[in-house]
Amino acid sequence: MSTETQTPTTLRGLTREQADHFLHQMVLIRRFEEKSGEMYTKGKIRGFLHLYTGQEACAVGAVNVLEERDKVITHYRDHGHALARGLDPNRIMAELYGRVDGVSGGRGGSMHLYDVEKGFLGGYAIVTAHLPLAVGLGLASNLQNEDFVTLCIFGDGSVGEGEFHEALNLAALWDTPVIFFCENNLYGMGVPFQQSLSTEISTLAEAYGITTENVDGMDVVDVYHAAKRAVEHCRAGSGPYFIEALTYRYRGHSMADPELYRLKEEVDEHRKRDAIQRLRSEMVEAGWLDDAGYQAVVDRVEREVDEAVAFADASPEPALESLFDNILAEDARG
Amino acid sequence: MVEMRMRDALREALREELLRDERVFLLGEDIGLYGGSYTVTKGLLDEFGAKRVIDTPIAESGIVGAGIGAAMAGMRPMVELMTINFSFLAMDQIVNNAAKLHYMSNGQINIPLVIRMASGGGSQLAATHSHSLEGMYAHFPGLRIVCPSNPADGKGLLKRAFRDDNTVIFIEHTANYSLKGEVPDDEDYLVEFGKATVVREGTDVTLIGYSGSVHQATRAATMLAEQEDVDAEVIDLRTLRPLDMDTVIASVKKTNRAVVVEDDWKFGGFGGELSAQIMEQAFDWLDAPVARVSGKDVPMPYNRNLEFAALPSEEDVVDAVLSMF
Ligand SMILES: Cc1ncc(C[n+]2csc(CCOP(=O)(O)OP(=O)(O)O)c2C)c(N)n1
Ligand SMILES: [Mg+2]
Repeated sequence: MSTETQTPTTLRGLTREQADHFLHQMVLIRRFEEKSGEMYTKGKIRGFLHLYTGQEACAVGAVNVLEERDKVITHYRDHGHALARGLDPNRIMAELYGRVDGVSGGRGGSMHLYDVEKGFLGGYAIVTAHLPLAVGLGLASNLQNEDFVTLCIFGDGSVGEGEFHEALNLAALWDTPVIFFCENNLYGMGVPFQQSLSTEISTLAEAYGITTENVDGMDVVDVYHAAKRAVEHCRAGSGPYFIEALTYRYRGHSMADPELYRLKEEVDEHRKRDAIQRLRSEMVEAGWLDDAGYQAVVDRVEREVDEAVAFADASPEPALESLFDNILAEDARG
Repeated sequence: MVEMRMRDALREALREELLRDERVFLLGEDIGLYGGSYTVTKGLLDEFGAKRVIDTPIAESGIVGAGIGAAMAGMRPMVELMTINFSFLAMDQIVNNAAKLHYMSNGQINIPLVIRMASGGGSQLAATHSHSLEGMYAHFPGLRIVCPSNPADGKGLLKRAFRDDNTVIFIEHTANYSLKGEVPDDEDYLVEFGKATVVREGTDVTLIGYSGSVHQATRAATMLAEQEDVDAEVIDLRTLRPLDMDTVIASVKKTNRAVVVEDDWKFGGFGGELSAQIMEQAFDWLDAPVARVSGKDVPMPYNRNLEFAALPSEEDVVDAVLSMF
């Protein structure tokens, strides 16, 4: 029996190009977040900073199924989604610094990233506030025959809010092309999600008649395929789709979290499911990657993240006179 | 007297009330396992157990409504809402139920409920987490609005809030949590509602603040005394409803000038109410129009310099005072 392996053309349905892209994006997000944490400690970034490490497979698997015309709307833990959507890392970092070149001109900060040109309609820091907005985007897509899909990302903590239920009902009632993507990282701040919910998350979506699936949120390939089914479902005019991705955040809720509610052992246990290492080893097995190849990804990301920091450092502070800019839109009627 | 920080003084008040009255219990997001987002409730879950310190789902309308219901059934709940901006999700319960049930039922129903929330900017939390809306709550009849500026008042007012038969909106400025001060350790220590304090006596101008702005006013008074030879009196309102106009008016009749200092927006804000009442009650004593030093008329920006520019400063207060002479 020959042990010679032929290099396969796909890895669980991913092309080599896709796998390379996913690996790069996940490593980029990981490193970007670690760097943001460092910069927070140095006082360059302030306010609330919520890191995304551990959850990379969700953003990368889900956002990458979208077309350019589609929309992303998400919660405050939004750097990973923004990076996956192709927002400029330099401008994201500049936003975290509060600088004029930031994606929100330094007004929004970490929790409020926007890049409308990229179909990235924002990070929302009021839990669940963006779910009804996603329904409205979907409604507009239908009413204007625009055929865009909205990917709406939120945490497990959202499901207790009334707006979650209102949004799901409206989305189903109006057959809106919205993918509700729940990143269940097991906690809403320090509250375990089982303690916040009397049933399963997916049961709720099913109750509203929404097609629902559960995926391993630390497996980028699984997430990708689920999201792909979701997009096809939405594009076919079959209404909303709900995905619950089981994941885990490695860092505290925000930089201020003393993490009294969980043990280090629990975090270590979840790190064994690490999405980056998983894809990496599958790519190695497929003969698509070796240590040097992985190192090349890491080096490239290091350069990108260093560049983002240098860009943010060099970007000017917004002018004080700009304080009152953009409170209201200019009236087009003049 | 014991020296402690505001957050510890508030925790002492909660502890003492939990010990004193079995009907008291706490509901809130992350008040238990997490230890409270501003650590006010830290340790209370361990001490009192999960029946009296209840971690809730993120469901502001639900938990405020449940607090109202439990109060209707004779309990004395407290609901913590983390940040005043999140209380918007519970507005219907607060305004349409808590504030009105006593009246609509012709006095048959009481809602003895304490709703705690943090307010204020200065920490670069941006537009969804930084506002000061004490004045907005003060708009509604049927509520008590309490906003302490120091640890002693924090403790005494919070303990007093649990003895009230009405819903008390208890607003804590985030910049005050680490503020230290002497606090009475007597468990019967209460601060009465509707009693403003004169924080600093003066003869030339009255500076009126509440919550965080009392400190700007006080610093401005020091600057005025040291640099401008102006002797300012500083008043801390402590509660906006009930509002102690007697103390304000007595002071204005002495100084003949008044400046309201607040973090909130000026347009439609509480400073407008104060200024109107001063005019109604002491017009003839005024040597200058009442001045208002407030937050700028913008949602709060994240950038540090912009945020700083959006908030009132002691220099703004000094300028306002000087322009009156
Ligand atoms: C309406 C509202 N209530 C409370 C908060 C405070 N808060 C911010 S994040 C959070 C936990 C959310 O958890 P989850 O949805 O699971 O997202 P995760 O942080 O785990 O990504 C809470 C309670 C908020 N921002 N908005
Ligand atoms: Mg969560």
